[in-house]
Amino acid sequence: MKRHLISAADLTRDDAVLILDTAEEMARVADRPIKKLPTLRGLTVVNLFFEDSTRTRISFEAAAKRLSADVINFSAKGSSVSKGESLKDTALTLEAMGADAVVIRHHASGAPYRLATSGWIDSAVVNAGDGTHEHPTQALLDAFTIRRRLVGRDAGLGKDLDGRRVTIVGDVLHSRVARSNVQLLHTLGAEVTVVAPPTLVPIGVGSWPCEVSYNLDEVLPKSDAVMMLRVQRERMNAAFFPTEREYSRRYGLDGDRMAKMPGHAIVMHPGPMNRGMEITAQVADSDRCTAVEQVANGVSTRMAVLYLLLGGSEPAVATGNAPAPAASRPSPATTPERGAERRPFDAEESK
Amino acid sequence: MDAQNAAQTTTAQTAAHDRDMRPVLDAQDIARVLTRIAHEIVERAKGADDVVLLGIPTRGVHLARRLAAKLEEITGTKIPVGSLDITMYRDDLRMKPARAIGRTEIPGDDLDGRLVVLVDDVLFSGRTIRAALDALGDLGRPRAVQLAVLVDRGHRELPIRADYVGKNLPTSLRETVKVQLQEEDGRDAVLLGQRTPQATGQQ
Amino acid sequence: MSKILIRGAKVLGGEAQDVLIDGETIAEVGTGLSAEGATVIEAEGKVLLPGLVDLHTHLREPGREDSETVLTGTRAAASGGFTAVFAMANTFPVADTAGVVEQVWRLGKESGYCDVQPIGAVTVGLEGKQLSELGAMHDSAARVTVFSDDGKCVDDAVIMRRALEYVKAFGGVVAQHAQEPRLTEGAQMNEGVVSGELGLGGWPAVAEESIIARDVLLAEHVGSRVHICHLSTAGSVEIVRWAKSRGIDVTAEVTPHHLLLTEELVRSYNAVYKVNPPLRTEADVLALREALADGTIDIVATDHAPHPHEDKDCEWAAAAMGMVGLETALSVVQQTMVETGLLDWAGVADRMSFAPARIGGLENHGRPVSAGEPANLTLVETSYRGVVDPAQFASRSRNTPYEGRELPGRVTHTFLRGRATVVDGTLA
Repeated sequence: MKRHLISAADLTRDDAVLILDTAEEMARVADRPIKKLPTLRGLTVVNLFFEDSTRTRISFEAAAKRLSADVINFSAKGSSVSKGESLKDTALTLEAMGADAVVIRHHASGAPYRLATSGWIDSAVVNAGDGTHEHPTQALLDAFTIRRRLVGRDAGLGKDLDGRRVTIVGDVLHSRVARSNVQLLHTLGAEVTVVAPPTLVPIGVGSWPCEVSYNLDEVLPKSDAVMMLRVQRERMNAAFFPTEREYSRRYGLDGDRMAKMPGHAIVMHPGPMNRGMEITAQVADSDRCTAVEQVANGVSTRMAVLYLLLGGSEPAVATGNAPAPAASRPSPATTPERGAERRPFDAEESK
Repeated sequence: MDAQNAAQTTTAQTAAHDRDMRPVLDAQDIARVLTRIAHEIVERAKGADDVVLLGIPTRGVHLARRLAAKLEEITGTKIPVGSLDITMYRDDLRMKPARAIGRTEIPGDDLDGRLVVLVDDVLFSGRTIRAALDALGDLGRPRAVQLAVLVDRGHRELPIRADYVGKNLPTSLRETVKVQLQEEDGRDAVLLGQRTPQATGQQ
Repeated sequence: MSKILIRGAKVLGGEAQDVLIDGETIAEVGTGLSAEGATVIEAEGKVLLPGLVDLHTHLREPGREDSETVLTGTRAAASGGFTAVFAMANTFPVADTAGVVEQVWRLGKESGYCDVQPIGAVTVGLEGKQLSELGAMHDSAARVTVFSDDGKCVDDAVIMRRALEYVKAFGGVVAQHAQEPRLTEGAQMNEGVVSGELGLGGWPAVAEESIIARDVLLAEHVGSRVHICHLSTAGSVEIVRWAKSRGIDVTAEVTPHHLLLTEELVRSYNAVYKVNPPLRTEADVLALREALADGTIDIVATDHAPHPHEDKDCEWAAAAMGMVGLETALSVVQQTMVETGLLDWAGVADRMSFAPARIGGLENHGRPVSAGEPANLTLVETSYRGVVDPAQFASRSRNTPYEGRELPGRVTHTFLRGRATVVDGTLA
């Protein structure tokens, strides 16, 4: 049986809430003297990174290690991959080594989906970011951060983000973070607005479950959370916007703009930040900015994902069992029978 | 008790299942044995000054809270009570679908030097308690660890015994023990019944 | 030479008739023809078409013999009912000199399965900068009349204008691969709802349409004719329709896959659906069918593009573009055009034989099924239903998007100048 996390769109509301709730419990482990659980002892998690991303890799590495899994880091740079080995051969190699889960970061959209559905490997596949497609664990940690800040650490348990207004600002066109967040936050009941210059909004955004605005100042007062996306300076060369100055003037978040946000609203950033580009130092260093919290929450969230995918005989979240197209979502009505054991376990036979 | 099976059957089936079960303890019995256990704890711990009660989710937590209330009545001091989820320490994780995990709540600063009393509803194979001891090891170094259970139904698979037992209930492996508590189930009772063939097959 | 009597075939889908082949030509067409001295092929219920002509085939030789050779490609063509194919110029080396086109032409002669008419590159090395020796290729033994940089667009307007003008001297035609290069940098699939969701680089329809619009205007201005390869969008159809209504000498082709498949298939990230131009939307598919039916689009051309397995069994972005098509083309046309009532079999004969032979200047193909004509014929069992099994292909490559799909019809016999290249569905 396949068990994967490829797209945020594959998660039902109940799946997502279960992951967030589990992540809350995982977060408590970080407060203990011994920050380690024996749960995945004997399992091997491979971090297969075709693209440099030290932050994401160490986050997954910390998550797997806290659950006592063995971690193998496989970086494309300096390996046979850079000498022309195909994704398929790399996958077959990992399979032969007995990987139980492959956490894959790839520059090609759809590479994790291919890895999970091609029959090359049996292990669980977790998408750690593919091209300009998706980055589902980032969306989960963002949702986790929003729920903690806006609903509460304990008060949030079992709850979604119903009615919370989340604004995603920046290079939506090239952002896998934006794609995953729009899907997941919508699933969790949030009202999502993406804000970007029209050149950085994909054609076809009309079918996305979100609003689109070109005017940041209009949206800020109606936002409970504002997520600033990293904008690569190279985009300027492809004429997506005229100059850095103009971009930050129209779409950057500075202190004056932050003051237009409601008092409770938070500023989020997936990192790494381009200070002076999409966010000023004043905002980045303010206590309303959750960038550092997001990093910590990333470990807890990824622990939850790894536990729920690998911690039982079958995954507790019903993702990627069938090659479901990214757009089609398993209906919530069908998930309980997929074997998600949502109650704390106290069956008598093992007392 | 038997949440695993209960979760997988419909409400109607569960109700029918309950009717087939024979009560062995009623609400009054449960209250009485908890009072006795509280007194035993005070006696053996010589005042219960350094006692911390840790319930094992789900029903163990409710029992721990009730015990804490009784201990407070007896000793006049507030007894710290918390919960210890053992899901992540189970030795049979890969035999079942991944489970939602429960809450671990350690009262006070830490457990070092304290007398920890683990509280659970039913003692059976002993595997839960083995997992709980492992979990405790990651949380601190108590002076001593004791175990209080509402029902001991026998059939131990590990060298583990309870320090405080509400009721020793000799059972066969074909029987099933179900603990119901007001906080979780709307009433207090301990029920004994026959395992359905399907449930037996799951073991 | 031997005689063959095809008995009771529905010629071009019409009344059942007998067709007697004597040597390389059709001797007689009628009813109750004598079978004396002839091999008889019972063709009751089957449709007899003129041998199919493909104006757009990639045979890959020279250079990529791992994916296809002239021999395997022509065997695939014969299996699909083709008696002539035009071999695209994007080989290694590029077919931009008389030497290379003559080599391909000679390999075709030697294969014996169907006639191979080389296409010459418009520009040296398909670079779009300097015209190839178009005249020399025309004057060579290969007699090249169709020129194309297919795979790449002749995007420089001046080069395109000069090419259109230059080939007038010998009645040539430029076949344009319409793809504005800057608008399609990094493009991976049709730009729209699906590309937005999948995060794959978008290939806007306007990148095709803007080039077509420019080129029909150029053709009008210099009084030349232009052929548009694998037209794929509803907007392109509108432009060609407008150009024809203005009297511009433009012809256009559509591939079988653009008549059947849509971009939704890309959701699988299965690179077998990666093709240039990309699969488009349902609305585009319907517009293309309608245009083929009303003659706005003149012909079906396969854009048969073989690739080895390893170039498709990988992540989408790394995969090669293209699909094989020779062996499924007629079945797809039957399903999308005939069984939908858009085209009758006479129409199919026009779109897949008469018209492509006329556009490509082939005198001995695309001829009527009547006495005295060359015996280039295709016999089709239209009632057949079968599931596509790539393992059965004669092509060296297996990159078909139809694997496991049920398609109607199969070619039971193909005759090239009276000689059977396919008999009972098997290569002779």
